[in-house]
Amino acid sequence: MFASCADPKTLEGLNWLLCYLTTGKQVLFYQSFLTVLTLIAITAPIALAFGFGGALAARSHVAPLRWVGKGYTAMVRGVPDIVFFLFVPVALDQGLEWIRHKTLCPEWTAPVRQGSDFVVCAAAKLPLSSSPQSVHEIYGFVLAIIAFSVVFGAFAANVLYGAMQAVPQPQLETAEAYGMSRRQVSRRILIPQMWVYALPGLSNLWMILIKATPLLFLLGVADIVYWARELGSRKSAIYDFPHPDWRLWYFLVLLVFYLAMTKVSEVVLRRVTARLTRGQATMAGEAMRKAGA
Amino acid sequence: MKKLILMTAVLALSAGVATAQTVRMGTEGAYPPYNFINDKGEVDGYERELGDKMCELAGLTCEWVTTDWDSIIPNLLSGNYDTIIAGMSITPERGEVVDFTQNYIPPAASAYVGLKADANIGGRVSAQVGTIQADYVAQSGATLLEFATLDDTVAAVKNGEADAVFADKDALLPFVAESMGEFVWAGEEVQLGGGVGMALRKTDTELRDKFDAVITTLKADGTINALITKWFGDEAVLF
Repeated sequence: MFASCADPKTLEGLNWLLCYLTTGKQVLFYQSFLTVLTLIAITAPIALAFGFGGALAARSHVAPLRWVGKGYTAMVRGVPDIVFFLFVPVALDQGLEWIRHKTLCPEWTAPVRQGSDFVVCAAAKLPLSSSPQSVHEIYGFVLAIIAFSVVFGAFAANVLYGAMQAVPQPQLETAEAYGMSRRQVSRRILIPQMWVYALPGLSNLWMILIKATPLLFLLGVADIVYWARELGSRKSAIYDFPHPDWRLWYFLVLLVFYLAMTKVSEVVLRRVTARLTRGQATMAGEAMRKAGA
Repeated sequence: MKKLILMTAVLALSAGVATAQTVRMGTEGAYPPYNFINDKGEVDGYERELGDKMCELAGLTCEWVTTDWDSIIPNLLSGNYDTIIAGMSITPERGEVVDFTQNYIPPAASAYVGLKADANIGGRVSAQVGTIQADYVAQSGATLLEFATLDDTVAAVKNGEADAVFADKDALLPFVAESMGEFVWAGEEVQLGGGVGMALRKTDTELRDKFDAVITTLKADGTINALITKWFGDEAVLF
């Protein structure tokens, strides 16, 4: 990065460290923080939407819809994350490639599955083999977002389902007595009140999501833990900047990052909780009312 | 005339596409000096240099991809990349799933490293998961401790979790050389596997033949021997 860093062997002390901290590899480490933040920023709302849909489906009076909702949560919750992470992206990727293969290369007669190989024509590859590595990385990233959303959506669905059950029954009955339809009861009474019950569970999920990003590397997306391990491990003289095992320092950086994330999340969640508790028929809501009065 | 020009243009273009076939090379990036990620953040090492040479000779455009050692074969089979060039020893078990080219590193010794020369190599021995060394340790009767990367296997010896680490001698060499006496060779060297080769999908016979031919050429003109000496030192086994 700096001209003075051209020959690292001659550097010493602070200069060495400065040059070391600005190598291309270190910059990749810094960028991976952005990758992780982007991932959770995109995944959280999508997972919440999945969860919301799943919870509503699980409560539905239409039997097939209910089965879908229940089946979704039961299946995803029952399968280990790591299995799911290998399965969803690969299945999705192969499914898309298969469809493209069928439409783009109709003249191809060889079977797609040959032994353990999955073979599609070159034009059906997703992304194309010839596209630059950045496209492959973005594609992997998108697959990761989908996989994370499906997994965390299932957990969120169960949390929201529980929260919907926790809304006091008399509230719903009163609404019905006022002549509201089922849909109106859901929209006006159930959903506005359930969030406060869902929040503790959702905040747990959020914290787990923040720390689940090392699974990204299964999909070829390098996250902060991967880089910390890679950069921190002992570097022999084959590297420009040899150093002993520095994983402790790198993991300390991660520790600070995760603690900071936790702190920020706590502050935000406390505010959201306070906002959602206002006027609720819960102990906290009651306490708030009395304090205000 | 116009048509002719157009035709040649199309031909030239399609020929261009055909010759510039992109091959994605999958590697681990954590096994110096075979392959590692250098300070610029790029794949480097013996296999990088050899791979680039092979692609140049075969007229292929090569793109380097890194992945976990654990999932390196599944990712090949599902088509995320087209070759594995990651210090992978040729074994019959792997040969059932993937096809290997001829070896580009001759069968080399695996060795034990411990904190002292009489380290108990029948005790707890660490090895990288999914390697021929891990299989060997398991069969030797010692307690096998498996780790995801080579670094972790060596760290296990350092912190006392394992009595010795068992890995490719060439990969352990820098650890021993630079530890200033902390790490020493232990026990006897062992010959394992049929050398290191490039792995491809069984259906990719054309590409495999291409690389096979290129390796033959590079072996014949001494390029491979020169590269082995450059990356593994003067004592390395040559062809």
